[in-house]
Amino acid sequence: MADHSHGHDASAFHATTKDYVIGFALSVILTAIPFWLVMSGAIADKQTTGMIIIAFAAVQIVVHMIYFLHMSGKIEGGWNLMAMLFTILLVGIVLSGTVWVMYHLNANMMPVKMDGMG
Amino acid sequence: MSTANLTGQYYDLHEHEHPDGYSTTLGFWIYLMSDCLIFGMLFATYAVLGGNYAGGPGPKDLFDLNLVAINTSMLLFSSITYGFAMIAMQKGSKQGLIGWLILTLAFGLTFLGIELYEFHHLIEEGAGPQRSAFLSAFFTLVGTHGLHVTFGSIWLVTLLFQVGKHGLTAANQRRLSCLSLFWHFLDVVWIGVFTFVYLMGALR
Repeated sequence: MADHSHGHDASAFHATTKDYVIGFALSVILTAIPFWLVMSGAIADKQTTGMIIIAFAAVQIVVHMIYFLHMSGKIEGGWNLMAMLFTILLVGIVLSGTVWVMYHLNANMMPVKMDGMG
Repeated sequence: MSTANLTGQYYDLHEHEHPDGYSTTLGFWIYLMSDCLIFGMLFATYAVLGGNYAGGPGPKDLFDLNLVAINTSMLLFSSITYGFAMIAMQKGSKQGLIGWLILTLAFGLTFLGIELYEFHHLIEEGAGPQRSAFLSAFFTLVGTHGLHVTFGSIWLVTLLFQVGKHGLTAANQRRLSCLSLFWHFLDVVWIGVFTFVYLMGALR
């Protein structure tokens, strides 16, 4: 451990085999279930399936962050975590804002039938 | 009492001695976050254009989920082998590190090979990026990810030679840590790709 002397260094990650194996096992489960759900069509309602696989993706991203990227509030005095939270906020604004604006644009640009049928 | 002394009591005016490259990982992390914004934009573009088939084929006609599942497992395997490479590095085992890195590279290249096969297949079927807005957005998003994996692989080969020649120096360990972040980050982006593009596409 001689090279890992200074506190806020790259090697401040304490990667252990256990971390990687847990992260890998969780990832395999969290990947396999959504693929199985979609490929087998186990749930007839597609919207429900969609919500479930998005939830699985969100959980898997957190698993990767913790076990593979070793994200925590402790390394680099919390600046890594702050930068990530800020990025998540920005990506959230970009994604939800884009989808929201474009959905309404599409809805308002639909050709309106003028013959009174609505 | 001089002003310099006075302010010195309140503000730390002295430059600290920083070890070489001490802030590299934080800087690299911030770069990755800017990369994350790029992918955020591309996902947003795909979300908007993903339904515009222009009378052409949709995701259901084009995507082979078996192939995507194999590709996903390749990237996941490469993530854990890179993790084992980092552990070998921490233990100071140069041979172990090089072995795991080569295995990681093999998984990464397999991933790229499968992706190129998929792209080639799509273009041959007439479903190239110019066919519809959906396919333009698809090729841009998945292609950008593939390009990142390509550059990650080149970087990995470079580090293999660096480690082979200079050994586990502090600089090489720092570089390997940065590539570790890059590699795992690409796996995180892929979670978004296989969920939103492939699985949700198959549900449409």
